[in-house]
Amino acid sequence: MTTTTRRTVLWTLGAGAAALGMPSILRAETKPRVVVLGGGAGGATAARYIAKDSKGALDVTLIDAAEKFTTCFFSNLYLGGYRDFESITHGYDTLESSYGIAKITAHATAIDRDAKQVVLADGSKVPYDRLVVSPGISLLYDSVPGYSEALSEDAPHAWKAGRQTQILKEKLDALEDGQKVIILPPPNPYRCPPGPYERASMMAHLMQAKGLTNSKVVILDVKEKFSKKGLFLEGWENHYPGMVEWYGPDIHGGIQHVDVAGGTVETDLDTFQGALLNIIPAQRAGEIALSAGLTDDSGYCPIDPASMRSQADPDIFVIGDASIAGDMPKSAFAANSQAKVASMTLRADLLGSKLFPAKYANTCWSLIATDDSVKVGGQYAPGDGKIASTAGFISQMHEEPEKRQANYEESLGWYKGIVSDMFG
Amino acid sequence: MLFFLITLVSARLDGRAETPFDPCRSCHEIGPGAKNRVGPHLDGILGRQAGSVDGFAYSKAMLKAGEDGLTWTAETLSEYVSKPRDFVPGNRMSFRGMVDAEDRAALIDWLRENSGAKPADDVTAVSPAPTVSSDMASIVLQTEGDPAYGEYLSTECVTCHQASGHADGIPSIVGLPRDYFIRALLAYQSNIRDNEVMKLITSSMGNEEMAALAAYFGSLSPN
Repeated sequence: MTTTTRRTVLWTLGAGAAALGMPSILRAETKPRVVVLGGGAGGATAARYIAKDSKGALDVTLIDAAEKFTTCFFSNLYLGGYRDFESITHGYDTLESSYGIAKITAHATAIDRDAKQVVLADGSKVPYDRLVVSPGISLLYDSVPGYSEALSEDAPHAWKAGRQTQILKEKLDALEDGQKVIILPPPNPYRCPPGPYERASMMAHLMQAKGLTNSKVVILDVKEKFSKKGLFLEGWENHYPGMVEWYGPDIHGGIQHVDVAGGTVETDLDTFQGALLNIIPAQRAGEIALSAGLTDDSGYCPIDPASMRSQADPDIFVIGDASIAGDMPKSAFAANSQAKVASMTLRADLLGSKLFPAKYANTCWSLIATDDSVKVGGQYAPGDGKIASTAGFISQMHEEPEKRQANYEESLGWYKGIVSDMFG
Repeated sequence: MLFFLITLVSARLDGRAETPFDPCRSCHEIGPGAKNRVGPHLDGILGRQAGSVDGFAYSKAMLKAGEDGLTWTAETLSEYVSKPRDFVPGNRMSFRGMVDAEDRAALIDWLRENSGAKPADDVTAVSPAPTVSSDMASIVLQTEGDPAYGEYLSTECVTCHQASGHADGIPSIVGLPRDYFIRALLAYQSNIRDNEVMKLITSSMGNEEMAALAAYFGSLSPN
């Protein structure tokens, strides 16, 4: 079929749709249509790379319910008083103006895989030739007995950045000396493995800075081990002696019930009392991935490790926290890395551009105290049917302060870097 | 400080005495016939308008600072060198800063005495590639880099190193001379430069990857 014929056919279809009074979603264009669902570290990066590298040959639409995106990464630094809220909030303006990406600010309710279109809350439909699904996580509120979405106003999870983060900050700022915060970290797998522990560090920092020397952060964990455990325990001992208490299930025996109104967490061992409960429930892929049938029994989406293509649908790529990315953690860095492999493969699908072997990377910095940042990183490649780790490193205990300070400076540079890589 | 250590080693090999300029030498040339390297040559630096050396790919921020009237004097240089990132935000000099005021005064005194020479007639001429055949860098330098492969590989780099060339805590790697770029990667790979992330990233790189990345980033201009 020649280009002219194809254009004519599509144009006719478009005109026909308009004549029938259908929403004008069928555009009079011949360009293959790419739709990206979710404007976070995965989705924004994918949209930008697809638009940039296809040099106008693809029609790129980015759908996200939010006007602006608040990064979950560095939101703990906002809690600790190191950043303001504006500095972790970013618009899509440059993606629209400089990259020609159409941003639709709407809630996507469904993916009609047979018709190859995304359904929005107002009923309108956005057709695609290839779809990138990057919805992040959904929270399983009832994984914590006694907790619910409604109660997240009083006991914020703050595991999706935005209003929840601000609620937690307001409550932290209102703490009085002697009052305790209780953090309930989630079970594996979840977004940002070191996140709950960096958050505890930032809370302790804030208490210390405000002279709340009799206050404490109590962590009631459902896991015996967590990311950078040794480094965090050492950091808490050094910087906040007696202010951060961590209890694993071996000690507390299991979490029986939370009473948000009463500010208590009942465990086998004891009932803990906190003026502020930060409850981070169990997680799975964003709802739209579930309803579209892209997930397996784990609640996350199986993908081809060489391309990030959904195992359920060859026209769909799933990236970021919603995907089963093998040895990679659920992090913004990982999502950004996966977006690049998906973008390259998607362009090869639609435009025949060159494919290079997939490779992935991740680094996570965690701030324990002022100028004391630790990091963990890895390189990954397809292997053994998954995205497999090929090399890695982690900060060592008892490192020189200069090294930790350099890590912090590096993390600031990374933030600027990844944000400009996502939003242009 | 990384650059400092490297320079000390090379200074000893060169038989040169230590000077306050040593931390700068890995990127800047000074003296008779100096050329642009990673940074512009520094002959005539005192009294020079910022961003004014022909043929050097300055950041937009540095060009604008010069157009707005920034001239390098003992005072402005001292302030700049104390924390380059803060004095001209968005510039691409990868130097965290010289905290000690006495160190900065010593550096500026040294520049007063040593920046009066005439630079090369063509300051943009690239310095000749190293000739030692056993040198790992020269082996990589003989590999022709595929910029398309480099562009793909670069997607891993630009998560931290901004494609715009801005340096905000992580060095700018845009528009670097090929030999400097490759030597830096090798130094990270062999742990001469100490950074876990870069050691990890370079651990999976062969000659082809390094050459491709050097070709790609060398072709970019800062903005």
